[in-house]
Amino acid sequence: MLEVKDLHVTVEGKHILKGLNLTVAAGQVHAIMGPNGAGKSTLSAVIAGKEGYEVTQGSITFDGQDVLEMEIEERARKGLLLGFQYPVEIPGVKNIYLLKAALNAKREAEGLGEIPAPEFMKLIKEKIAFMKMDASFLQRAVNEGFSGGEKKRNEILQMLVLQPKLALLDEIDSGLDIDAMKVVADGVNSLRAADRAILMVTHYQRLLDHITPDVVHVLVDGRIVKSGDAELAKELEARGYDWVLEESAA
Amino acid sequence: MSEVQGFLDRLSERAAARGAEPTWIAARRQAGAARFEALGFPDRKVEAWKYTDVRGIARGDFALAESADFSPASAAALTLPIAAHRLSFVDGVFAPALSDLGELSAGVSVERLSQALAANHEAVGGALGRLAGVDFSPFTALNTAFAEEGAVIRLAPGAVVERPIVLQFLSSAGATPRMSHPRVLVTAGARSQATLIEHQVGEEGAANFSNLVSEVLLERGAILTHYKLQELPQTDHHIASLHVDQARDSRFTSFNLNLGGALARNDIVSDLNGQGAEANFFGLFFGQGRQLLDTHTLVNHNAPLTFSNENYKGILDDRARGIFNGKVIVKRDSQKIEAHQNNANLLLSDRAEIDTKPELEIYADDVKCSHGATTGQLDEEAVFALRARGIDEATARGLLTLAFAGEVMEQVAIDAVAERVELAVAGKLPERFNLAGLVEAAVALHEE
Repeated sequence: MLEVKDLHVTVEGKHILKGLNLTVAAGQVHAIMGPNGAGKSTLSAVIAGKEGYEVTQGSITFDGQDVLEMEIEERARKGLLLGFQYPVEIPGVKNIYLLKAALNAKREAEGLGEIPAPEFMKLIKEKIAFMKMDASFLQRAVNEGFSGGEKKRNEILQMLVLQPKLALLDEIDSGLDIDAMKVVADGVNSLRAADRAILMVTHYQRLLDHITPDVVHVLVDGRIVKSGDAELAKELEARGYDWVLEESAA
Repeated sequence: MSEVQGFLDRLSERAAARGAEPTWIAARRQAGAARFEALGFPDRKVEAWKYTDVRGIARGDFALAESADFSPASAAALTLPIAAHRLSFVDGVFAPALSDLGELSAGVSVERLSQALAANHEAVGGALGRLAGVDFSPFTALNTAFAEEGAVIRLAPGAVVERPIVLQFLSSAGATPRMSHPRVLVTAGARSQATLIEHQVGEEGAANFSNLVSEVLLERGAILTHYKLQELPQTDHHIASLHVDQARDSRFTSFNLNLGGALARNDIVSDLNGQGAEANFFGLFFGQGRQLLDTHTLVNHNAPLTFSNENYKGILDDRARGIFNGKVIVKRDSQKIEAHQNNANLLLSDRAEIDTKPELEIYADDVKCSHGATTGQLDEEAVFALRARGIDEATARGLLTLAFAGEVMEQVAIDAVAERVELAVAGKLPERFNLAGLVEAAVALHEE
């Protein structure tokens, strides 16, 4: 589904990703772990199309299509959705309108018409209850005055409504207390499906206690230096990253 | 000088063609002409016109329209689709075919200025020019010299006008540019209530000059909501001043919505003369291309316990220029007043420009006043966040621009007016009504 090959990225002239390779197949959940500054957030930003990241070499394909050639919105409509580490506040734009506009943009790209209002409300009602959010959030401006946990729930709510093929979750666990963590994890787990993939970027093992990955990668200094199963994450938690660095240097 | 002379020549031609008028009108015209001749067009050395170059008007060769020619089809497309008491003017000339006053309730009189002058009502003679004196600006003087048509609205004490009164000023794309000097007078008796919409709109290519002066007298407890919706073509020149006199417990709310014109200048002045009087000024200007949109407001707190609240939003794209000057004066004995003012601006291009200046002059010591001005750009993080959800860039920018205008637009109670503004500001954006329905549905969900 997602294929990243020999990806080199510079940010403001600084070489951050240095030949990253990654393959995520449908039905899988991948976690990318790594120390601060390894390039984790750069990877998700480049996949989503954020400006200021220069790809100097390599490729990213999604369902066989060149992601780097697509506009930001096109990536989202094709089902490649980024859940933000720091969801931005958008004063004056109601949450419900963002959801409707985004869903209709996707439907339009798929050749479907606008979603009828009753159907939309039914869908929203179901998803917002699942995320244990109050319906009043719909009328509030996107993320404005939300707590850290509410912002993250809101990101997952958008995922549940938009049903991406590939959900890219950037440090979705940061700033969450244990209750919010469970709700967010339940939301993510409910997305697991045979025709869908999830790619999580995280600094901590604790998220993986709630969402068990099929594959764990260790990203160090712009490259994936080790991959393994869920056990690898536990080992990292116990031993830190140094041993991986030594192993890869050897 | 020759620029002024051209206008004076037009004035003498017009005076010769016009029949005899009551002496008070003739005397005011003379005073207006004399004042205009003495002042001339303001240049940029005049503080109030520092950023606003009126040479496009001064050097223009504008004729006075003789007849109201406007294609009914294009008029229909431009007219606000609301049930209203409507008077229409084409380049200042009354257009009966496009007007429909309908039935007015008891105590409500809506006349054309020409009718009111011919009838020589005492009340009109006493009020006209009282607030907008010839010294206010050369354009007010010029209007006083020329004004023949417009509207006189009189509300008896307690009269309530349910539907809005719409004064539609159409600008036509004729072979030669035209000028018009409409004059509006509203006298609202005690506890009367009305909504007045002044709507400036025109055909593509119209390059005329309209110079409107409006005077509003609110008696004790009267409530007037005033909308100005200015959506002239970007080749038109428009100058307007609105003068309001407020007695005790009266409430005046102004929506000053400026979208069009090559140059549009609005002056709004409110005198809060009695305790409990309240003035609310809401404004939005949206400039594109090389438009220049200039707003000057002045609130005089002449009495204690008076309230004013002002919120203006400016959005400027391309090489457009905006000017906002908001002045509040609190007289020496005007204690316990409250005055708040805010102006926020959004620049959508590097070459757009805004000059904003809040001015407070306070001579009383027990007052509550605030003012603020901010200028910024669209939040690119927010643009990215919306695009990352599949919303195309134009819609994302439109949505955020509209969100910026939201604080002001939320106050607009007439949907047809809000829709015009939203479409202009956001381009292809959302259907307002679907959106409203959506919010209602969300509320219902919440209450379940």
